[in-house]
Amino acid sequence: MIPSDGTDQLIEPFDEAELAEIVRDAADNGRPLEIAGGGTRSFGRPVDALATVSTSGISGIVAYSPNEMVAAVRAGTPVSELQAALDDANQRFVFEPIDHRSLLGTEGEPTVGGMVAVNASGPRRFVAGACRDSLLGVRFVNGKGEIVKNGGRVMKNVTGLDLVKPMAGSFGTLGVLTEVTLKVQPKPETEATLIVRGLLDADAVAVLAHAMATPNDVTGAAHLPELVAGKVLDGALGSEQATLMRLEGFESSVNERAEKLKALFGKLGEIDQIDAPQSRRLWAQIRDVAPFADHPDRPVWRLSMRPSDAHEAVMALRMKAGASAFYDWQGGLAWVRMEGGNTMSGLVRKTVEANGGGHATLIRATESERRFAVPFQPQEKPLAILEYRIRKAFDPQGILNPGRMVA
Amino acid sequence: MIVTAIQFLKPDPSILNRRDDILSSLRAVLPDEAVVSDPVELRAFETDGFTAYRRLPLAVVLPSTTQEVAAVMEALSRQKVPVVPRGAGTSLCGGAIPQEDAVIVSLTRMSRILELDYPNRLARVEAGVTNLSISEAVSADGFFYAPDPSSQLACTIGGNIAMNSGGAHCLKYGVTTNNLLGVTMVLYDGTIIRLGEGELDAAGLDLLGLICGSEGQLGLVTEAIVRLIAKPAGAQPVLFGFSSSEKAGDCVADIIGAGIIPVAIEFMDREAIAICEAFAKAGYPLDAEALLIVEVEGSDKEMADQLGRIVEIARRHDVQTIKESQSATEAALIWKGRKSAFGATGRVADYICMDGTVPLSQLAFVLKETGAIVKRYGLRAANVFHAGDGNMHPLILYDVNDPAEREKAEQAGNDILRLCVDAGGCLTGEHGVGIEKRDLMTHQYNETDLDQMIDVRAAFDPVWILNPSKVFPLEGRGESDGGRAVAGTSDATMEAAQ
Repeated sequence: MIPSDGTDQLIEPFDEAELAEIVRDAADNGRPLEIAGGGTRSFGRPVDALATVSTSGISGIVAYSPNEMVAAVRAGTPVSELQAALDDANQRFVFEPIDHRSLLGTEGEPTVGGMVAVNASGPRRFVAGACRDSLLGVRFVNGKGEIVKNGGRVMKNVTGLDLVKPMAGSFGTLGVLTEVTLKVQPKPETEATLIVRGLLDADAVAVLAHAMATPNDVTGAAHLPELVAGKVLDGALGSEQATLMRLEGFESSVNERAEKLKALFGKLGEIDQIDAPQSRRLWAQIRDVAPFADHPDRPVWRLSMRPSDAHEAVMALRMKAGASAFYDWQGGLAWVRMEGGNTMSGLVRKTVEANGGGHATLIRATESERRFAVPFQPQEKPLAILEYRIRKAFDPQGILNPGRMVA
Repeated sequence: MIVTAIQFLKPDPSILNRRDDILSSLRAVLPDEAVVSDPVELRAFETDGFTAYRRLPLAVVLPSTTQEVAAVMEALSRQKVPVVPRGAGTSLCGGAIPQEDAVIVSLTRMSRILELDYPNRLARVEAGVTNLSISEAVSADGFFYAPDPSSQLACTIGGNIAMNSGGAHCLKYGVTTNNLLGVTMVLYDGTIIRLGEGELDAAGLDLLGLICGSEGQLGLVTEAIVRLIAKPAGAQPVLFGFSSSEKAGDCVADIIGAGIIPVAIEFMDREAIAICEAFAKAGYPLDAEALLIVEVEGSDKEMADQLGRIVEIARRHDVQTIKESQSATEAALIWKGRKSAFGATGRVADYICMDGTVPLSQLAFVLKETGAIVKRYGLRAANVFHAGDGNMHPLILYDVNDPAEREKAEQAGNDILRLCVDAGGCLTGEHGVGIEKRDLMTHQYNETDLDQMIDVRAAFDPVWILNPSKVFPLEGRGESDGGRAVAGTSDATMEAAQ
């Protein structure tokens, strides 16, 4: 094991060709490389490499045409720079990328490449897709130091194998992204969020499922259990459970749908409605897991399950280990903080398995915990073998972020 | 000699000689009636929706369970026999056309809906279920399955996954890959893997994304978990006629630019309007150079609001004809013309349907150039396509019984696809590469790009038995496919041999 200490070498290529040369050289010498964007998303297993390659020098918006709703961007471009360009054209990423800084206590500037590499997605993911669903094309340097392109800049493309999707969420283990092309969308005119109070988890998830079974186009469906509710909007919601439904669109349409949902759920008591500025802040906090930003020493898990299953798993974890949780994606995404301070990875995985299956990822933990607790869900053997072969097809020597996803 | 004729892999004589052994190995793992070997019965499987090419397979098997598929794959990979997976056989690019030394694995018997989970808005189905039957099964409960390829009545979900099928409504709801939550898949050697339990993102690398659109080359999908969506309160199309394609194209760009995302924006040119109107009597404006069908969804009030905005934009682009549907019957009629476009064209002439996709800003230019190309070959084309996402479908009309004209049509098609790539687009938006566009792949991707795909393909199928004639140019595979591609056969040589 190579300790990661101050002797790490930081390499900052200024373009794709130089990066390719660096990777080729590393491949020739069998020397592992850690791949970094802004360094703000420090989850997964620690990488054992003496050299870190940063893509931050490979930066800049290559082409952004609001009329086509497509942006091609170099990987090292700060997310904030692209965001500013989108704001100018009144557009947005539909997948609401999570900013991990407050949860992980990291500093620096998230890059577009890092956002894609971790498939960073937010509350709208459950209706509008993840980052991978908005990703139209990639350029990357594979583990042999070759420059590869896949996909393109058009909305529909089935020409050959889709390597675009697996690049999203591969944490730099298949290739080093150098340029990505993303679909963007006009911002809606306005938004509002309805809040139902006092529901237990199971009832809240049932209410959200009911809302999603109606044609009211709910684009955010979250539930904050007791106490967690007090951690958003500076405590403005109070600590009572809050079940949240977001509506977006033209104002008249938002109002119409809000009235319909209020009528539908009126028997559950008074339903509050918060307006656009507050609603935007609220969903940004849910996106960034703000309720668990405090107590940074306590591990945080991300459970992805069927919406009606996750709360059962959470209930079991609360009883057995002392955990806090809140839900996004109609209940299918549970953020779970282990209040006892231990990761309890065996228990977490067993509990997910026993409650309908899905997967659990350890997002926040100390470096040594991330090394030994297996942050990503272990695969069954046939799948693990297949994944191994696929990794070899991109990076035969295993020099790119070795160990980040699989030890 | 037909220079454009698409080559197939040369049948392996050692496989043809072992035919009886291969058949008995299949009968050992399947009921007798699930193994088809009679040449007359095999005829039904010799081609697909790309009917210009046909080959008789060695045999066809009709498994009923994932375990049977696994047993078949175990037996065939052991004997290194090529396998061509098949759903309903509606592929427009020859994706399901067999070859003489291949066994077709037809999944049409696996057509059960296994689970409808409304609280989690998903359906678990077998691969042979037809696209439309999923929506039909859940319609009464207020849901639907969104991707809606024109062939949705016949095509199977397994085929949709293989081709990552789209449809008219994917502008809002996405294509197959955006609506797929999980699969059960049999690998080349009979290994069964499961991806996803119904959660939104399966663990590990995004293998679902890789498998979707892999044209039956990575494995055989036997089950799928797909997303269900609540049906909109209502849907209403409006029809616009324009005096030029440019005006129609600019109108599309402005609708999208205004922050309105209709569920569908369909485009037809003069030729297509005439053909569809003659067939469907939908009341299409015969004097228009370009027609748009724009569909919006929502409550009556929301639709009226959106349509108001859209009509206003259309007026800014000198729209000549506006037809708003006043009833469900009128709405259905507007769609009937569009949905029957391929069938109606087939009554007028034989055609090949292109599927290139271009950036929205290039639509008008590519349309004009497409017209120039077909004219150069002395042919006609009708254009029907999904304008909201730049997915063009020029139908090149020709006479299938005239070999010279067929050759011209194929060449014109190839020129159009190169044009799409050169305009910043791609060869195929939703039909797939198959055999049809295989040899054009080098126009879109360089050798390194293709080699990376081929290496990934080999990670799934190291012996290269899964749908081997498709997608990747036969030249340039090197030894990666075991040298099979070195000597291909063209139709010309096949016809000479017969």
